[in-house]
Amino acid sequence: MQPSPKTIAALKAAVFALALVPLGELAAGALFFPDWLGANPGEFIDRATGRWTLRLLLITLCVTPLRAITGWNWLLRFRRMLGLFTFFYGVMHLSSYVTFRRVFDAEEIARDIVERPFMTVGFAALVLMIPLAATSTNAMVRRVGARRWQMLHRLVYLIAPLGVLHYWFMVKRDITQPAIYAAILAVLLGYRIVAGLAAAPSARKVSTGQTV
Amino acid sequence: MLIRRPSDISPSEITPRRCYEGRREFIKLAAAGSVLGAAGLFARGAAAQEKTLGLQKLASVAKSALSTGEPPTAYKHVTSYNNYYEFGTEKDDPARYASRLKLRPWTVAVEGEVMKPRSFGIEELLKFPLEERVYRLRCVEAWSMVIPWIGFEFNRLARLVEPTSKAKFVEFVTALQPETMPGVRLPVLDWPYVEGLRIDEAMHPLTILCVGLYGEVLPNQNGAPVRLVVPWKYGFKSAKSIVRIRFVERQPKIAWEKANPSEYGFYSNVNPNVDHPRWSQSRERRIPDFFARRPTVIFNGYGERVAGLYAGMDLKKLY
Ligand code: HEM
Repeated sequence: MQPSPKTIAALKAAVFALALVPLGELAAGALFFPDWLGANPGEFIDRATGRWTLRLLLITLCVTPLRAITGWNWLLRFRRMLGLFTFFYGVMHLSSYVTFRRVFDAEEIARDIVERPFMTVGFAALVLMIPLAATSTNAMVRRVGARRWQMLHRLVYLIAPLGVLHYWFMVKRDITQPAIYAAILAVLLGYRIVAGLAAAPSARKVSTGQTV
Repeated sequence: MLIRRPSDISPSEITPRRCYEGRREFIKLAAAGSVLGAAGLFARGAAAQEKTLGLQKLASVAKSALSTGEPPTAYKHVTSYNNYYEFGTEKDDPARYASRLKLRPWTVAVEGEVMKPRSFGIEELLKFPLEERVYRLRCVEAWSMVIPWIGFEFNRLARLVEPTSKAKFVEFVTALQPETMPGVRLPVLDWPYVEGLRIDEAMHPLTILCVGLYGEVLPNQNGAPVRLVVPWKYGFKSAKSIVRIRFVERQPKIAWEKANPSEYGFYSNVNPNVDHPRWSQSRERRIPDFFARRPTVIFNGYGERVAGLYAGMDLKKLY
């Protein structure tokens, strides 16, 4: 299946709009429909943005396996947008925490990040996303070089487990939710390991071919 | 030097027309947005007195000098944002599932180190002289509410059973109804939920057995038909849906302490100077505020009345 450029453009617009729905919902709730956000709206926004960051991260990680399984190479063209939305929601999540939860108290924020492992881990995950977001444009890919770019973007294999760990550490008692995310991540990363092992002999051949 | 008066410079000389018109449009929109937003925020604050669930009304409830004058949190928030893990760990689970709780017959057995052990039917408890106590509630999760509870001082009930000199602590055992409580299928806590107080804390005039709020009997999600309210301690100390009260010699092991002793202690007095390991306790969000802008006050602002209970104790160690 190879959709026409027009179909792809339309699909891209649709994905873009869909990715903005959670943000729109939060904004509408905050401004006009208080009932949407419940009794603790600041916390609701903290949590909704946190969850969407993690969900989008996992959705982004679905692209490669889906493409391999279906052979739909055009799926790759959605990966950058999904990755950038992940970062975008991550920044919203941080902003929500900084404004609503800590009310710009820099000392408290620093203490949180240094003293509380769940915060340290979340912060690390977000900081590690910065170089990925910064090298997302075609120009940057060219400047960095495809090989190094690919190496750099393997950071996502660290970022995603950190995100899940952040959620896991945060939960007071009932770990069902983070466990679900952890299981999905395990499948997505496990697939890569298995596929990598299966492809290993041919990969070696290709790489020797390149160096010669 | 030639200085033009401001009116001599038309905006079009500095900024292209399309651009500044667009900007004006944006400013208008932004202004409209913030006015509406402010109205929305105001409406949230003003919603305090409103419809209840229409449960059974409690008659002849006296006012109390121990009530705070702060405006009560809206009924809908008090009854929709709850921690009652027997019904699930999400805040809206109790409101969703607690209607299943089987409330009758309901008796509270009072036993242990007492001269006259006995049990009280809920009808008897409702006949104690009831008072409205408008108390601040501070949750360990750094949010707070103001709730017009209805109940009576625990010491009234205690006096009827005559605790002996061996009664150093009071243990509160809460309902465990696996058939109505979806949350107890998971071993999230060691069910049934057990709480405890030192005897002097339990006998303190601020400590009440609570049977209602906002003029009506307790909604199930708030711990019907009878619960404890200890306003200077984190909310989880105020056990819900109590079925047994035991006067004991040894300090009881409470549910959250068993679950995680490094995070939750027996005393759990509200204290901005002792952080939860995973978050600071220095501020709180007063429901339904967006911002955690209220500084948390030691003993939840009841220090004048309760600080004496802890004279000489290191509250950092005995958290
Ligand atoms: C500087 C970075 C970050 C900070 C300061 C931060 C802070 C927080 C805080 C304070 C909470 C607790 C919300 C609550 O208790 O209600 C939270 C929850 C969460 N965060 Fe983060 N976080 C950061 C980065 C991230 C990243 C990068 C991800 C995802 C990859 C993430 C995903 C989550 C998730 C899934 C939750 C749980 C939401 C829920 O309760 O359902 N966070 N975060």
